[in-house]
Amino acid sequence: MSHPTAATVTAHEAHHELAFVRTYIFSTDHKMIARQFLFLGLFMMVIGGLLAMLIRWQLAWPETPVPGLGWLLRETEGVIPPETYNMLFTMHATLMIFFVIMPILAGAFGNFCIPLMIGARDMAFPRLNMLSFWTGAVAGVLMLAGFFVPGGHAAAGWTSYAPLSAVPTYTGTNWGQNLWCISLIVLAASSMMGAINYITTVINMRAPGMTLFRMPLVVWSLFITAILLLLALPVLTSAAAMLLFDRTLGTHWFLPAGGGEPLLWQHLFWFFGHPEVYILILPAMGMASEILPVFARKPIFGYRAMVYSMLAICFLSWIVYGHHMFVSGMDPRVGIAFTLTTMVIAVPSAIKTFNWLGTLWGGSILFTTPMLNALAFVGMFVIGGLSGIFMASTPVDIFIQDTYFIVAHIHYVVFGGSIFGAFAAIYYWFPKMFGRMMNEPLGKLHFWTTFITYNVAFFPMHILGVGGMMRRIYNPVQYEFLQHLQWWNVLITYGAFALGLAQIFFVINFFWSLFAGKRAPANPWNATTLEWTAPSPPPHLNWGDRIPTVYHGPYEYSVPGMSEDFAPQTRPLPKGAAAHH
Amino acid sequence: MLSWWLPEDVSSYGKDIDFLFHLIYYITGATFVLVAAAMIAFLVLYRHKEGRRATYTHGNTTLEIVWTVVPTLILVVLTFLSVPTWARIKMQMPKTDLTVQVNAKQFNWIVTYPGPDGKFGTEDDKTFDNEIHVPVGKPVKLVLKAQDVIHSLFLPNLRFKQDAVPGREIPAWFEATKTGKYEMPCAELCGFGHSGMRGWLFVHTPEDYQKWVKQQWQ
Repeated sequence: MSHPTAATVTAHEAHHELAFVRTYIFSTDHKMIARQFLFLGLFMMVIGGLLAMLIRWQLAWPETPVPGLGWLLRETEGVIPPETYNMLFTMHATLMIFFVIMPILAGAFGNFCIPLMIGARDMAFPRLNMLSFWTGAVAGVLMLAGFFVPGGHAAAGWTSYAPLSAVPTYTGTNWGQNLWCISLIVLAASSMMGAINYITTVINMRAPGMTLFRMPLVVWSLFITAILLLLALPVLTSAAAMLLFDRTLGTHWFLPAGGGEPLLWQHLFWFFGHPEVYILILPAMGMASEILPVFARKPIFGYRAMVYSMLAICFLSWIVYGHHMFVSGMDPRVGIAFTLTTMVIAVPSAIKTFNWLGTLWGGSILFTTPMLNALAFVGMFVIGGLSGIFMASTPVDIFIQDTYFIVAHIHYVVFGGSIFGAFAAIYYWFPKMFGRMMNEPLGKLHFWTTFITYNVAFFPMHILGVGGMMRRIYNPVQYEFLQHLQWWNVLITYGAFALGLAQIFFVINFFWSLFAGKRAPANPWNATTLEWTAPSPPPHLNWGDRIPTVYHGPYEYSVPGMSEDFAPQTRPLPKGAAAHH
Repeated sequence: MLSWWLPEDVSSYGKDIDFLFHLIYYITGATFVLVAAAMIAFLVLYRHKEGRRATYTHGNTTLEIVWTVVPTLILVVLTFLSVPTWARIKMQMPKTDLTVQVNAKQFNWIVTYPGPDGKFGTEDDKTFDNEIHVPVGKPVKLVLKAQDVIHSLFLPNLRFKQDAVPGREIPAWFEATKTGKYEMPCAELCGFGHSGMRGWLFVHTPEDYQKWVKQQWQ
């Protein structure tokens, strides 16, 4: 694909005397779409977070009135009823996974980073990109609408196991679960459009000199994520459509009474669901790989191994899904094969962790807010990865399946991993995205309070799981064997409330910086990648009349023989400097 | 053992599960300590200092091969250690004198005994709500069914968990090693009454078990 010349760019710009609506609402500019996805994700994070607070209240002080909620739960005078509790955890997970982490990591930073970091003026299909966001927004409205229908929102868990989810009388929810299905079908269409766009852009629109192996790792991670999205989402779409048909049209895909098979849902859901887990974590891995070298002032350790390990994850993620189903009634012989693949998929993650450590070794480390969040990502991801090994061992999984050990594991991966990755990315790219710096002391306060309260909220969940506490139970003190563990639930709830409150520092910092932050220079972090050669924020079409030319790989920091400690990709390395890429 | 560790194990295969649990616990625990220690050490040693430049290196092939091969070996060994225990628990069925059907429904365990003739579907079958009675030291076969949605029979002390799926009959077994009364919750979300769907497993001495049988089938 040829790049527009200076003349066509100017003509293009003149043609678009962009009105407010075209600039801020129906924008085709990848950077505006990125901001839209970011705001969508942050808005949904507030709702998903508040749902979590209610869950925690119930688990710490079961069946006592939630302070200030008497007006909403009038019949029970503020006590959360069990069917509402089931709705709370179902929608907490659904919102956080599909409407917070995916829009922020893949939607916002996929859109923002890919064109700017490969030297493209925009996405390959800008209108499709706009459609992707607005389709996603419609999916969000449909999902939120479910809270207001009679019978309440979906209450069969985010995994929506059939037949519980397939027959309205089993849960008592009718249109809530239907809207859940419809919203995810629409959202999958949005993700498909995004994925096609990302893949096409990365393959076709790289700047001169930007070979595949000179691409920043975050671009690689988003590229691989897009491939997973493209292949995994149709499976979810099909499964959700089949579930919807079972509920509304009288089909029997998942209902044994009509010859259907309940386990079919689990096979379809997890065949999508396990690649989905990597869709949630790969971009965060990319962000950590991007941010560690910048603030260690050192090339990434083992660039190619980083790329190959992500490709290995991409492939292996398709053949591990059975580990969610060890005690589901699936033939136990199949479990052995899934044990082996699940153990093996830990290897690329181990390689990445050691390479991150290698990157820190011998560095000149600056503890900025993005760096602290990226380091937390590495530490928490290690815990989440290691706890996964317990589940991979089938005999151990017999005990910990469906306990809080699983809840602890998933939160170390998707909060400790994905959310710390998202915070790192927001703090790091905020200056480029909005043209202003975020406040560093406030950012550090947010980081430390979040990091500490996060661990108070989630680490003890391992202990509850080892004690045998089942997930998704409404009232732990109904069980005699769990009563001695109840004080952990209280502690976790205090941790969760504090974690929620700590996010106020982020909200203040975000909005204050948006309007009153210090003006950001083009390259505030002295980083090497292409986005920092554009102004902050970059104008429409990103660079003036010339697209940058790339001379070397993305992580040339502290190159011997140079006075500065970073070599932008647009500047050739001095003769004799060791250039590996 | 600390009170906030695994619940007391009263199962013939529980010690094999607990062995693997502890093995993985020590391996992952040691790995975490090493990684965290290295990370903290690097953060302290290599913090930014005026006048010192970072080391310029893109990697080290030998190191990278080592930290690929070592975890792979450990993980493959863990796989092969897991397989025999898994096979024994889920793929083999010991010879049993007692078979009990558990038919799960929202929100109860319906437990059926075949009675003195040892056959299901005859007149001397007897059904109990949320109670299983077994003799200690004898393997017991369970046949799990579900009427409506998926449930999961969980016996924390017996290290037993198996989903009950509508439309299927899933065989499973356990052998209790100690008499007592053990809680039997449902571990798979099954609707608004999921929490509190629980029963009890009564493990009797052989004499007490015979007494219980006599009482039921007089």
